[in-house]
Amino acid sequence: MSTRSVVPFGPQHPVLPEPIHLDLVLEDEKVVEAVPSIGFIHRGLESLVGKKDFNDYTYIAERICGICSFMHGMSYCEAVEHIMNIEIPERAKYLRTIWCELSRLHSHLLWLGLLADGFGFESLFMQSWRLRENILDMVEASTGGRLISSVNKIGGQLKDVPNDMIRGFVAKLKDMEKDIREMTDTFLNDYTVNSRLRGVGILTKQQALDLGAVGPFMRASGIALDTRKRGYAAYSNIELEPITSDIGDCYARTYVRIQEIFQSIDIIRQAAEKIPDGEVAVPVKGFPSGEYFMRVEQPRGEAIYYVKANGTKFLDRFRVRTPTFANLPGMLETLKGCQLADVPMMILTIDPCISCTER
Amino acid sequence: MLKVSKSPWLLHYDGSSCNGCDIEVLACLTPLYDVERFGIINTGNPKHADIFLITGGINKQNESVVKQIYSQMPNPKVVVAVGICACNGGVFKDCYNIMGGVDKVIPVDIYVPGCAARPESIMDGVVKAIALLDEKRKSVGKEAAE
Amino acid sequence: MTDGELITITLSDLVPKVLQMKHDGYRLAQICAVRTKEGYELSYSFAKEYDMVNLRLAIGEDDEVTSISDIYEPAFLYENEMVDLFGVKIKLISLDYQGKLYRIAKETPFK
Repeated sequence: MSTRSVVPFGPQHPVLPEPIHLDLVLEDEKVVEAVPSIGFIHRGLESLVGKKDFNDYTYIAERICGICSFMHGMSYCEAVEHIMNIEIPERAKYLRTIWCELSRLHSHLLWLGLLADGFGFESLFMQSWRLRENILDMVEASTGGRLISSVNKIGGQLKDVPNDMIRGFVAKLKDMEKDIREMTDTFLNDYTVNSRLRGVGILTKQQALDLGAVGPFMRASGIALDTRKRGYAAYSNIELEPITSDIGDCYARTYVRIQEIFQSIDIIRQAAEKIPDGEVAVPVKGFPSGEYFMRVEQPRGEAIYYVKANGTKFLDRFRVRTPTFANLPGMLETLKGCQLADVPMMILTIDPCISCTER
Repeated sequence: MLKVSKSPWLLHYDGSSCNGCDIEVLACLTPLYDVERFGIINTGNPKHADIFLITGGINKQNESVVKQIYSQMPNPKVVVAVGICACNGGVFKDCYNIMGGVDKVIPVDIYVPGCAARPESIMDGVVKAIALLDEKRKSVGKEAAE
Repeated sequence: MTDGELITITLSDLVPKVLQMKHDGYRLAQICAVRTKEGYELSYSFAKEYDMVNLRLAIGEDDEVTSISDIYEPAFLYENEMVDLFGVKIKLISLDYQGKLYRIAKETPFK
């Protein structure tokens, strides 16, 4: 006869870089239910719109999360620009695209490392973070910061990047492609790694739709949606197709993210070819009035920003629905029926970002 | 720094950080920075740890977690607050759910500034912590002898 | 100006409208609340492919909203969030945390 027990998981746990708490209901070694509780890193930054004016709030938005910092800042700025009907210069749009993709590259490489660490493959973790440092060098060279770049402002970008440097990035990424492929081939082909990933934590296409999953987690279940196709920043001039897999297990999620690494390299190459010369910012006058829902594709999936302004320098409301928040119900579904030892795999393969989720 | 006297193990806890500093703490372990060459190991068990690295500010919910981890660590121990949020709350100081820096709940020995703190400065903080650990070890020995 | 359609609805319309959305194959994108002078303004966003439709519901402070978590399962997270942060009254949530999803010091800070 099986025994039922409840195992608390987190907030401080060796495989979790961030605190989240789950109550796992087990029948022997099998998980039958998981109940999350959050709030360990809830700061309440959405309420700061009442204390910082809408220009300064850009810096708060950039600190929602240290990994997608650039994208958070950019999306906030684009939302306000939409409300104020500001058309930013073409060059700024392309710069945004390039920085977005650099963020995605470093985020995916970071995630691959954490996944490897999660299944106990230490050297693979080191390899992917070694490659990631090259991307961070590019971010640092062009923005001045490694993680929090602070180059966004309403009306464009704070910094320009010389064309030579952008061409240098493309050449460097081309060189790196071979190294990345060698490293990612281990994830995709190694027998032991495969045994941890294949057939584990399956989310079907219907479940992904019903549970509102987003991003690579959703695409790995066979839904071809990528918010970049809506054409914010300069994505309307970039050719890209959503990468999908129809298996829906941990392996599929890894596969999708790995292919997105190469897709990002390609996008940066396209953007470097098309980027025009010119200004990178326009002056902004007046205060915003109105509301806007901004949707962007972050490394973890679609994020939705809601900005409501009332014509003063303080916004009425800023709200961000981050991808991990949307992916939690899907994650809880994949946890049901898995082995206790596989729980870290389920949590890691949605690429959780708790600081985004709790804000 | 000419030589490292001991190989301290460190425990990392994310208070309410934006992830930036956490990722930089992890980056310290990886090949470019590689703190493991000093014999430093990142452990998950408070009872194994000598140095407690905290990132992010403190809120009501993680206050007890931080105190709990701190009390479980054996003496001598050193607390390093990494990043401006852990030092005094940083940009989130005005948020309703942030009490302030780590020193509101446990004594902090070393403050590492930065947003996000760079791996170089985190390592500098850890190396300073090793020196402090030596000093604290002397007094712990004395207490035991008396 | 918003991204996608904005439909204003009333409290009694909510459940039938959401059922219609489900029937039409939309997925739940997000739910959020805004504090207004009279009470709250709730936005329910649904997405199909790349199109988004927002249902906008204005309620008084004491009005009770019916949960849509039995129609769209992930809604339970958003609804608990609104209960915890804004103090919106919501009944029949499939997994009701009773104000304990965000365990924060200050109750309903946005209220």
